Amino acid sequence: MNIVVCIKHVPDTESKIKITPEGDSIDSAALEYIVNPYDEFAVEEALKIKEAKGGEVTVLCLGPESATKTIRTALAMGADKAVHIKDETFLRDPSSTAEILTSALREIPHDIIFFGKQSVDGDNAQIGLMVATLLQVPAVSEIVSMECGDSSAVVKRSIEGGIEVFEAPFPAVFTAQKGLNEPRYASLKGIMAAKKKPIEERELSDAAPKTSIKGFVYPPERPAGKIVGEGAEAVPTLFELLQNEAKVL
Amino acid sequence: MSVILAFAEQRNNTFRKTAFEVAGTAARLAGDMGGQAVALVAGADVEGMGPELGKYGVSTVKALSDASFKDYTGESYATAVCEAAKTLDAKVILFPASSMGKDLAPRVAALLGCGMASDCIELKVEDGNLSAKRPLYGGKVHAWVTATTDSFVLTLRPNVFTAEAGSGGDAAVDKLDGPAAVAGGQASLKEILQEASGKIDLTEANIIVAGGRGMKGPENYKFLEELAGLLKGAVGASRAAVDSGWRPHSDQVGQTGKTVSPTLYIACGISGAIQHLAGMSSSKFIVAINKDADAPIFKVSDYGVVGDLFEVIPALIEQAKKL
Repeated sequence: MNIVVCIKHVPDTESKIKITPEGDSIDSAALEYIVNPYDEFAVEEALKIKEAKGGEVTVLCLGPESATKTIRTALAMGADKAVHIKDETFLRDPSSTAEILTSALREIPHDIIFFGKQSVDGDNAQIGLMVATLLQVPAVSEIVSMECGDSSAVVKRSIEGGIEVFEAPFPAVFTAQKGLNEPRYASLKGIMAAKKKPIEERELSDAAPKTSIKGFVYPPERPAGKIVGEGAEAVPTLFELLQNEAKVL
Repeated sequence: MSVILAFAEQRNNTFRKTAFEVAGTAARLAGDMGGQAVALVAGADVEGMGPELGKYGVSTVKALSDASFKDYTGESYATAVCEAAKTLDAKVILFPASSMGKDLAPRVAALLGCGMASDCIELKVEDGNLSAKRPLYGGKVHAWVTATTDSFVLTLRPNVFTAEAGSGGDAAVDKLDGPAAVAGGQASLKEILQEASGKIDLTEANIIVAGGRGMKGPENYKFLEELAGLLKGAVGASRAAVDSGWRPHSDQVGQTGKTVSPTLYIACGISGAIQHLAGMSSSKFIVAINKDADAPIFKVSDYGVVGDLFEVIPALIEQAKKL
């Protein structure tokens, strides 16, 4: 089984995000970067399938030079090799990202392609589905469980008020939702082994952006609220305010 | 005249609330951009559902009505919606940022080769050009996005765009043929497992009662369930509560969970970590209950109560019973 996992190098979710004074970008100087949390579920699922069925796990990363750190983390978890398409573009338009990954994936053998359901920087949740569409292979997004067969997988995705169960024949794309599994931590042995695993560099292919960011703004600040009171005695006043001032009950 | 196409989501031949939000937004955009709002509904025997969308300002409804569209499948829906968008020469195609819309819209954008903006929370038209405001980094910042292509696909965050039925008459319904001729492989739907009926989804709830680490254990969420039941709301949870295994991941609110915009958000024993605030600070009213008067959650709350949850929540339940 050839499994490819697309991963992204993103700012830690604990980071404060600052807009540049010009309002046209994000100040990325002080940010700590991590493996996109949803991509960890994707890597874990790939490793589980490899352990059960054999095969090879390749991680594919479009990102800056510094993303090597994220690639090494995935290799330390147990992926076999990596392809790094170096790209210093900040917050690249998702359509062009999908096109670049698609052209790379045409040259990497794959039965299963995993993505995280979205990256926690751009929050677009578009790439995996776009890549599947461009490759003309089936996709199931935001999966929370997977039973992998030899030529297809049965997967579940949560929807409003229920769970959809899909079967997708390979090659197929799946995007991982939290809850799919518990990602493993890299062992010391894994970290040492990762240093020797191959990272192949690929040239960035041309892809024109299809959207453009015109500027950044902070969400409107919430006006300072009031402490209604302490303990259970405050509850009648709270309800009075919710009914007559906020008018929400 | 340019067409603004609204994907009106339905399941089991009932429109989701977001269908009206998307249709109403298409009608407003058509006014601002000088175009025509058209809605698209896909399913089995859905022609009869179309006229109702007229109340939301849509004059024409295209009904992809075919047994093959009975349940949602990404590949066939995307192919059919793309064909309809091409035939209509739609300039803007709106979807809800629901489970279905989030899965469908990127496929349609890829098939059309056009730009897409996800989870939009505000739209504006200047000189005939559409810009969309959308959250990034879990809502810590917002960006204004435009398309550089002729067409623009957008998903709209549920509960943000208003949907009020107006006085418009019935929309005219035009049936489109199925099934879709999908190029390439397809996933097939095996079954849909329904959760207990009557449960309100977090992203669609008007009122959310959420619990964090302060709830002390999974058994105490029954109090929040009771309060939410009385207020006709849904129960949410912080990442701390989900990571402790107290609540399922589908209840998680925050950057690695759901982003919600209810009318009222009641945070119980949630300190207000930045990644939680990112997921709920667009709520219209926020109430925080926490024993720590310095908890960051109070900085974003309209009303705060400092105190022991296990005294305050029972009092809330008693008050809610009197509503």
